[in-house]
Amino acid sequence: MGLALRVTQLPNDDPPERLAQMHRSLIARVAGNRDREAYKALFVHFGPRVKALMLKAGADHAQAEDLVQDVMITVWRKVELYTPERGAVSTWIYTIARNARIDRLRRNSSRAYEDLEGMDLPSDDPSGEDVAFASQRAERVGQALAELPDDQKQIIELAYVHDMPQSEIAGTLAIPLGTVKSRMRLAYGKLKVKLEEMR
Amino acid sequence: MNVLYHLDDATVLRYASGDLDEAFSVVVAAHLAMCDQCRRAVRTAEEIGGQLLEAEDTPELPIGDFDRLMQRLDGADGKIKAAEPSVRHAPAGNGGDVPVPLRRFVGPSLDAVSWKVIAPGVRKHAISLSSQSASSLYMLHIAAGKPLPEHGHGGVEMTLILSGAYRDELGRFSPGDIADLDEHVEHQPLVEPGEPCICVVATEAPTRFKGLFSRLLQPLVGI
Repeated sequence: MGLALRVTQLPNDDPPERLAQMHRSLIARVAGNRDREAYKALFVHFGPRVKALMLKAGADHAQAEDLVQDVMITVWRKVELYTPERGAVSTWIYTIARNARIDRLRRNSSRAYEDLEGMDLPSDDPSGEDVAFASQRAERVGQALAELPDDQKQIIELAYVHDMPQSEIAGTLAIPLGTVKSRMRLAYGKLKVKLEEMR
Repeated sequence: MNVLYHLDDATVLRYASGDLDEAFSVVVAAHLAMCDQCRRAVRTAEEIGGQLLEAEDTPELPIGDFDRLMQRLDGADGKIKAAEPSVRHAPAGNGGDVPVPLRRFVGPSLDAVSWKVIAPGVRKHAISLSSQSASSLYMLHIAAGKPLPEHGHGGVEMTLILSGAYRDELGRFSPGDIADLDEHVEHQPLVEPGEPCICVVATEAPTRFKGLFSRLLQPLVGI
């Protein structure tokens, strides 16, 4: 147990765009020829992150590790559904983790999300360079997040990472539910402004 | 589809982070199947999750975990297959006027939904969910020109129009439009003349009707 997989981890000091590009090419290798080395590299990078997410959402260690396995199995099984126009690989894996969390931790159903999985959008980008557009979008969202005021960032993290229901966020922070919603709207509004600058 | 009424931004974030229970996630997904704009909004909101996942600090995973994963992939009880390419589909689905996320409950065609008359001109189809959901999900079929009973909202309510149209204090709602309302909003939808209005509704808590007649009716209709 002392040995950990992080020895072979991808370099983390890479600029985010290089890292994102590397993830896209790893996914392409898994999709193209079921490349196990590429799959392992994805596991090494995302497995611990998914585990951290699950722990913060309230899973215990064993449960979190099981969920990592489930999420990575889904990555293997549904790899053809990932297209770079949709967004970053990390975003796709987040949605898989979110769905697993809904089913296993919240004991709810993520079927509605799955029903939409294969659905494409008309092009986002007038110039048709959807992949470039998508990676720029991810970068902008990252910037906008970093620039959020603390009170808004906190609510986003409680919802996305700690999987806290809206009403529980209100209770934990001792603020009205309406304030939780308005901070969410403000945070999302800033993201939208950032993205509009791209068009 | 020319959608005029969209999801509240807070709902977009709740959907993207997985905070809606089944009744609401089904109505939101059904709206998304009909609305490019909100599908794009959700995609952006999901990008937040990707960024936060990427930024997560990384606890160690036992070295054996990857081997365990590969054993599961190679498991004797059938190899884990890639998703069928047929999963890709057009937003509206192939034929049928029921949005894809509702089909597993009521099938592809609105004509085939079985209705129960609950009041003059008002028919209902209750949907039972696969998980224990505190909220309820049902479809309504309201005759042309008929009002829906006025109701204050005990909690959040979402109504997605599938066919026909209604008008209330907020405006005219036609197919694809969603009324994503706060608990504070009171409204009195009136179905437009000409054709019935079919909608799908998620409610957080039992709706209480305000009129005396409606109040008497409520135990019977269970809206």
